[in-house]
Amino acid sequence: MGAQILFFLCAALILISAIMVVTVRNLIHAALWLIATLFGAALLYASLDASFIAVVQVVVYIGAIAIMFIFAVMLTRRELLIKTDQTNANWPLALGLSAVMLVALGYVIGGFGVTLNTTPAAIPAGVDPLTLLGKALLAPEAYVLPFEVASVLLLAAMVGAVYVAMNKK
Amino acid sequence: MIPLSWYLFLSAALFCIGLYGVLARKNAIAILLGVELMLNAVNINLVAFWRYLDPTQMGGQVFAIIVFAVAAAEVAVGLSLVISIYRTRGTVVADELDMMKW
Repeated sequence: MGAQILFFLCAALILISAIMVVTVRNLIHAALWLIATLFGAALLYASLDASFIAVVQVVVYIGAIAIMFIFAVMLTRRELLIKTDQTNANWPLALGLSAVMLVALGYVIGGFGVTLNTTPAAIPAGVDPLTLLGKALLAPEAYVLPFEVASVLLLAAMVGAVYVAMNKK
Repeated sequence: MIPLSWYLFLSAALFCIGLYGVLARKNAIAILLGVELMLNAVNINLVAFWRYLDPTQMGGQVFAIIVFAVAAAEVAVGLSLVISIYRTRGTVVADELDMMKW
């Protein structure tokens, strides 16, 4: 019962703040609502026994990505933009498309029916998911290659970002 | 207990909210905010499937970590492009950036 209440609180936090992210006029406020969404997701990960993912969510997403958004909003602020309409001419179409997507996804998920688990799988005694995760990330027979490719991608993106944003004068 | 489908419905709703943000927002930074919401929806799915199917198989969590790295790369490149465009064109409104339209 307590777990369900926690889930509904997290879900309400995530969905309400996500709706605020896409609807508020002031982009600084949108970035702050994004932090609320990310924090709700971190709570959800913690309740799913994914402690490492929860911590990485707080450190990387809230600590780096959301703060970078706030910096970008401040660097590109135009006072006029807050007062004008924040949605483009196609917003009813976008709303309809999102609603259709939601109904379609709900139909698909509802169609899974009894094939979905209703309770979490048991973690075997003496098994620590964090140890398994560390081994899986660095074991050659597991995921070391995707891990290294992701780090090279991140390095290339950072170098590219510095070059693109550099003032060439 | 919480059925797995609840997590899937939550992440489907979050994904659709993000999709609306990407399609309807005018400001390029707000579009990137919508992309972040969609990536988070994917991560909730991955972690929930990991927990409910087989917690000894770490593929779900590993893939979630790779999604983190890709999200960080995407935001870095996207925001630097936005700042560069703002410097040269003086606007971040996606509708006004049509110089590649013939």
